Amino acid sequence: MEQSSTVPNGSARESHFAALLSAGEKIEPRDWMPVAYRRTMIRQIAQHAHSEVIGQQPEGNWITRAPSLARKAILVAKVQDEAGHGLYLYSACETLGISRDELNELLHQGRQKYSSIFNYPTLSWADVGAIGWLVDGAAITNQVTLTRTSYGPYARAMVRICKEESFHQRQGFEIMTTLAQGSEAQRAMAQDALDRWWWPSLAMLGPPDEQSTHTDQSLQWGIKLETNDEIRQRFVDQTVPQAHFLGLHVPDEALAWNEGRGHWDFGDIDWDAFWEVVRGNGPCNHERLAHKVQAWQDGAWVREAGLAYAAKQAHGAPRNSA
Amino acid sequence: MSALDPLFTYLLRLGDDNLVLAQQLGALVSTMPELELDIAVANVCLDHLGQARYLLAYAAEVEGGGRDEDHLAMLRDERAFRNAVLFEQPNGDFAHTMARQFFVDAYQVPLYEGLATSADLRLATMAQKAAQESRYHLGSSSGWVVRLGDGTTQSRRRMQAAVNALWPFTADLFSADEVESVLVAEGIAVDPASLRPFFDDTVAAVLADATLVLPSDAYQRTGGRQGLHTELLGHLLPEMQSLYRAHRGVQW
Repeated sequence: MEQSSTVPNGSARESHFAALLSAGEKIEPRDWMPVAYRRTMIRQIAQHAHSEVIGQQPEGNWITRAPSLARKAILVAKVQDEAGHGLYLYSACETLGISRDELNELLHQGRQKYSSIFNYPTLSWADVGAIGWLVDGAAITNQVTLTRTSYGPYARAMVRICKEESFHQRQGFEIMTTLAQGSEAQRAMAQDALDRWWWPSLAMLGPPDEQSTHTDQSLQWGIKLETNDEIRQRFVDQTVPQAHFLGLHVPDEALAWNEGRGHWDFGDIDWDAFWEVVRGNGPCNHERLAHKVQAWQDGAWVREAGLAYAAKQAHGAPRNSA
Repeated sequence: MSALDPLFTYLLRLGDDNLVLAQQLGALVSTMPELELDIAVANVCLDHLGQARYLLAYAAEVEGGGRDEDHLAMLRDERAFRNAVLFEQPNGDFAHTMARQFFVDAYQVPLYEGLATSADLRLATMAQKAAQESRYHLGSSSGWVVRLGDGTTQSRRRMQAAVNALWPFTADLFSADEVESVLVAEGIAVDPASLRPFFDDTVAAVLADATLVLPSDAYQRTGGRQGLHTELLGHLLPEMQSLYRAHRGVQW
């Protein structure tokens, strides 16, 4: 990684990198890339991977209480998909010259982040539906564009992930539909979930363009293809009619169709609240990370045993006496 | 048919085994020592849950009383559950989870292989698929028993402790009464006693590989097939059933 910083501007390697980008070609692991590009990709892919892994927790919270065996099976499969995405993305990140153990350590130390959205609690079964519908829905809006991102391994991982996320989004909407058409208590549960998840779902798409520190450079490098605000608008435009279909109230009094723009206008996001969560002061930041670290520490003896056993097998060392 | 129909009871016994185990494994997702193991535990959970659903749905059909898989799972109390007591034993540490799984797998592989030729085609169809799943589970769980048994001093101590803790619940897997004997005579069920040689041979071979031993104490706890459970089931079921019971008669 260090040697790339010694390449002067305008060098053959740098112009090759620029030429690949402008031709819409992918940057591959063996290609030269600027140090900052590599650093940005590691940060972004790691954050995405960590989000998938931490994201097992809020939905996993309802596995043991799912209200039918079919819902239980679907939920286990969905949470398993998230873990699979994490694995996939860590592998993509490792192509940039960092190990999964290092990434794990950075997460545990709080030096790399995961999506702020997973710092909210799942307080009812409807939250499982709302996460699929809104959180996965918002994520896909962003991730579909990332299938065309400039770093090859990330773009390719995103193709598969988007297929599964799209399925997750539909299952979440299907849960919400069932609840919205159900009993009084079920409809109230669905509305309460929408009330709590709506604004965090808009905020999770990232700070507004004028505050986003990474946007310009990331657009230039073809890492990002649309700004946070563009993606957010598209998500709102897609989701508001779905909420209306469900007969649920979107908790935003400023929400109005703007004929001139051809888009939904929506109210101001409370960015102070968002930054508080990012800074670690959301409802579940401590629990989520503590759960992750605890699982890792509790499993240390298992990983050590696996390594010890493998070493004995490799070296034909004497076994434990019975 | 009445609820005392032997096939109904047999399907409940096998279905409850899988349901109770799936419930326990589902709680482990996101807590495992490696990301690959989170994925693996979800896989095994889904296999058992799928088996449970098939068996309970079929049981409900045999009963013919208008119940379905969810009624059977969510509205029965612990005395009506028919799983063997091994399945309700707690997850404990990773060694306990793997010891429980290993004993289950060493029992279910010959069970499903036997049922694959059952005179009951519904059962046979399910068992053919389940046998593949169980063989895969056995490969994984026995691999961990060996790795932990022959790994470090700590892992060996934990794995031996887990074997000691769970072994007393294994005899219940082979408990049988007139339910099985009637169905064995009809070529529908597998005689639980006939599964014992495979189970014993597998346990002996894997524990030897793992440098572990069976406890010398012969004590065994049985009764699950008659609904006489350990106290643990009374904690597991309310959690599983709480939401379903709080909103009766609705769709989910």
